[in-house]
Amino acid sequence: MKSRVAYFGVFTALALIFSYVETLIPIHFGIPGMKLGLANLVIVIALYKMKVREAFLLSVVRVLLSGFLFGNYFSIIYSLAGALLSLSVMAMLKRTDGFSVMGVSIAGGVCHNIGQLIVAMAVVETFSVIYYVPVLLVAGLVTGLLIGTGAEEMLKRLKNLKI
Amino acid sequence: MKNGLRKKDLVLIAVILCVAGLTVLIHRFVGGVGANMVTVKIEGAIEGTYSLSEDREIEINGGTNRLQIRNGEASMVQADCPDQLCVHQKPVSLNHESIICLPNKVVVEVESCVNREYDAVTN
Repeated sequence: MKSRVAYFGVFTALALIFSYVETLIPIHFGIPGMKLGLANLVIVIALYKMKVREAFLLSVVRVLLSGFLFGNYFSIIYSLAGALLSLSVMAMLKRTDGFSVMGVSIAGGVCHNIGQLIVAMAVVETFSVIYYVPVLLVAGLVTGLLIGTGAEEMLKRLKNLKI
Repeated sequence: MKNGLRKKDLVLIAVILCVAGLTVLIHRFVGGVGANMVTVKIEGAIEGTYSLSEDREIEINGGTNRLQIRNGEASMVQADCPDQLCVHQKPVSLNHESIICLPNKVVVEVESCVNREYDAVTN
């Protein structure tokens, strides 16, 4: 129990490193803002290993730090909206029985995109971004499934980790 | 912990795909034909409307962005923001398609001429 702070630090560092690794991948899918969201792998694992409260804190710290390091003022707002909506929904689904890690992660991926879209709509004051909804839904589904698969494999191997 | 996708996961995936499919269908019916204009908006205010049939380059927002119209398609060729998302985006030509540069709050949207006439009448 004493090591909570240390674990939190390690998780933050991991999430930050994943954010950094992601900025190194120079792939553009032709759709603005579409990326894998590697850092969410850490967030999903934290959600299953830590208290919900701590996972939220981790997510916010991660977004702020990576935003200051690799992004800008705008990317922080978008990431924060996406991250908070996504984590809220994931925490809710996790409480509901019957969803696997992958299901939770898929919902998280989709909500991450929707949260960002909502902010985008507010900023540019247009509804034309609705055009991206189907693309973002499918993109969130695919990335969520990938992240979820990874998280499940890691959780299997982290069975003995008690935080 | 049980592994693999469970029943509820599959239901969730199906629902997401259905919603995605539905929005695509709605777009097919609402948008599509007759798109021949692009509107440039900055922070929601219309800055200019240009024809898609005429090849040209347009400076937007005092030079922060540059829009290119070629072969009936509009694409952003230059932006001064660091992430360059709008520049990497594919050209737009269908009704209600848009290119958005969030840092500069620039929206480029394809519209049909019919809609614009209608707007003019109601205005």
